[in-house]
Amino acid sequence: MATIIKVNGVNRTIDVDGDTPLLWVLRDVLGMTGTKFGCGMALCGACTVHVDGVATRSCITPIESIGASQITTIEAIGATAAGAKIQKAWLDREVVQCGYCQSGQIMSAVALLASNPHPTDSDISDAMSGNICRCGTYVRIREAIKQAAQSDTRGG
Amino acid sequence: MIIDHITSRSTGAHRSSSESGLSRRGFLQAGAAAGGGLVLSLNLPFAAGDAEAADVFAPNAFIRIEPSGQIVLTMPYVEMGQGTYTSIPMLIAEELEVDLKQVRLEHAPPNEKLYGNPLIGGIQATGNSNAIRAAWQPLRQAGATARTMLIAVAAKRWKVDPATCRAQSGEVLHPPTRRSIKYGELLVDAARIPVPKSVVLKRREDFKLIGMPAKRLDTPAKVNGTAVYGIDVRPPGVKIATLAQSPVFGGRLKNVDDTAAKAVKGVRQIVRLDDAVAVVADHMGAAKKGLAALVIEWDDGPHAKLNTQEIVGELEKATLNPGAVAQNIGDADKAMASAATKVEATYQVPFLAHATMEPMNCTVHVRKDGCEVWVGNQVLGRAQVAAAKTAGLPLDKVVVHNHLIGGGFGRRLEIDGVVRAVEIAKHVDGPVKVVWTREEDIQHDMYRPTFFDRLSAGLDEKGAPVAWKHRFAGSSIIARWAPPLFNNGLDPDTTEGAIDLAYALPSLHVEYARVEPPGIPTAFWRSVGPSHNVFVTESFMDELAAAAKQDPVAYRLALLDKTPRAKAVLALAAEKAGWGQPLPQGVGRGVSVQFVFATYLAQVAEVEVSKDGAVRVQRVVCAVDCGTVVNPDTVRAQIQSAIIFGITAALYGEITLKDGRVEQANFDTYQILRMNEAPAIEVHIVQNFEPPGGMGEAGTSAIVPAVTNAIYAATGKRLRKLPVDTAALKRPV
Repeated sequence: MATIIKVNGVNRTIDVDGDTPLLWVLRDVLGMTGTKFGCGMALCGACTVHVDGVATRSCITPIESIGASQITTIEAIGATAAGAKIQKAWLDREVVQCGYCQSGQIMSAVALLASNPHPTDSDISDAMSGNICRCGTYVRIREAIKQAAQSDTRGG
Repeated sequence: MIIDHITSRSTGAHRSSSESGLSRRGFLQAGAAAGGGLVLSLNLPFAAGDAEAADVFAPNAFIRIEPSGQIVLTMPYVEMGQGTYTSIPMLIAEELEVDLKQVRLEHAPPNEKLYGNPLIGGIQATGNSNAIRAAWQPLRQAGATARTMLIAVAAKRWKVDPATCRAQSGEVLHPPTRRSIKYGELLVDAARIPVPKSVVLKRREDFKLIGMPAKRLDTPAKVNGTAVYGIDVRPPGVKIATLAQSPVFGGRLKNVDDTAAKAVKGVRQIVRLDDAVAVVADHMGAAKKGLAALVIEWDDGPHAKLNTQEIVGELEKATLNPGAVAQNIGDADKAMASAATKVEATYQVPFLAHATMEPMNCTVHVRKDGCEVWVGNQVLGRAQVAAAKTAGLPLDKVVVHNHLIGGGFGRRLEIDGVVRAVEIAKHVDGPVKVVWTREEDIQHDMYRPTFFDRLSAGLDEKGAPVAWKHRFAGSSIIARWAPPLFNNGLDPDTTEGAIDLAYALPSLHVEYARVEPPGIPTAFWRSVGPSHNVFVTESFMDELAAAAKQDPVAYRLALLDKTPRAKAVLALAAEKAGWGQPLPQGVGRGVSVQFVFATYLAQVAEVEVSKDGAVRVQRVVCAVDCGTVVNPDTVRAQIQSAIIFGITAALYGEITLKDGRVEQANFDTYQILRMNEAPAIEVHIVQNFEPPGGMGEAGTSAIVPAVTNAIYAATGKRLRKLPVDTAALKRPV
């Protein structure tokens, strides 16, 4: 049965089982491969997207649970103020190595900053510890979030 | 964004030097490229034999300068996070006097003759932390040759002495007359002049790029979702498959009931193989749902009852008998007999998975007359050969496209995933992307081997070591992966870090017994030899310091007079870490120093052990001397990365078998260090102009003993088996 979901401001019609995780709709049906598959059990955060601004693991989010909610992915996050700041900080601080987990890291960081513009170290740990980075870029992720939080200019 | 320009060059589209009209022999050759650019074909030393033997010049890499002035480099190494797509271009851009932004990169196609790695037996491989070591001289030479030729033709055009000209930012300048001309305007002339036999490399004090932190070229696309990894490819009409392989290695598929799976919406096909079954679907969601709906019966085969204890027991037994002598300095037996004190210990390290963030995947389209493969792999030449063999096609009918790699760590030095995907694709009409679930990825990895070690040392009256004996048993990856490099029972990888200690020991005797575990495949990891041996040797050195009742840093420093670079990094790390300063109860400092991958590295870890035995690494200080640094920011990043990777292994890493099955499956049972557990990390780089050493793996081996030595300092408990057993660290309340 066809379902309509709103991804990055655009209505998309899809026809998959209602229990299909959002991750596979994004990647395989809609061809938006910026959101990554890591574990399929919400253990690593690579698949993080925003559902109405809330960081959400798309690998365990059934498509039937989305309803009229707004989905935002890494492809569009740069258009938000917090997203642009985070992306800039990520590049300024040279956070990225293999980069595979970074879509999810960035989505988690943007959600943190959007709801908490000046996070403490402990806030950062709480918001980011669900995102695994096998390259171990944690030190720089923390620095980059702090840099983004300190930049007042819109878009960094 | 440079990453937009990274393209995958297929074999068929690849233009060899002979095809572009180049056949002269020599270190570097120039000629007109199709499209009017200047091509410099670079022949790395190891390929010289081929180049001389054949009439066709077979270069190892290509530099192409386009009329726009853009430099195109075909990258013989793959980018998996280590920064090679920035540091390798830096070498050329430095000598060519161009901005890094002008360099465009292309993945090299599979071709061992052109892109074989001289430091890995000529195999087209990215591994062993050696890209910079292999490329340091020849790629700078390539850039300098191009620069010299461009200056020569500009000078000729202006009728001035070339010595009065210089190159800068992609232009040749003649300062006396304030004239300048862009490289792009000189290409036609430059392609016509002979290649100079020798060129002058820039003086180190004139370097503008090498040694300066450079922005990575591959990162902008990695923060906005546009970077394309192997798992992201989408050839038109592609189907998605996921698979279940025999849960016991060596088992067989007995029977599959696919009635329910076929009823799943989006499932297209069930593919049965001898030892695996795959579900092909419109999307991964349907493929996974279909896979879960299969009722599968396995024949577990000969390893149905295998468990880890049996494997380790065999290794332990093997260390009771002599092995191949890997190192023999002085007379260790004699020195041991006359020693005042004797110290003995056994150590054990476990199997480890790679757990790259990008799960194993490979996309394949098998047609009657050819096969196309899309993958991210560290051994592209081998991937092509394996695909051809599996598909039953000639090599030249197989095109392999390489991609960015979402974590390698040695996992993608293997081609098992390519073979599996081709096996499945042979049954599918059209392209199919085979994606391993995380569970399949971890339970069908090829693992860093387990090792068992037996050590003894003799100390003199003052506590100084006079004898060191080390015998260990375990798998040799090299013996399978590059058999010619396995000789007399030994290989250079398995013994690295055990036979080449930085310390001046009057006697040293090391033996290795190759024992291949049944029922579990082994492979490279973020180092094999060092990740095992440095833990063992640096823990044991700590034991000797304790037996001698001496400070672990002072004890080591006294043995390092003959290796001043090792001594310097150790002293620096200790100083920066505040070695000797008081720490709270339950917190300890541990140290390690090593010389592996041609890099000297010392680390001090500060570790807190709480009353319940929980271990937290609070701070790590690292001092590194890797010789000439190309991109210091990448050196820092690699060390930060390697430390986190090593702490993960020290605290959590362990693959175990029960009834032939890997017990760990996903990130809940195979844990990875997380943000809230990550220590503060300080990196101090020793500046010098020694030849460059490797950086990708060195930090991983050093941190493990630093952590366990710190646990000893904090608790008095010596851990000789990994991962850390926190239950053993519990203190009575």
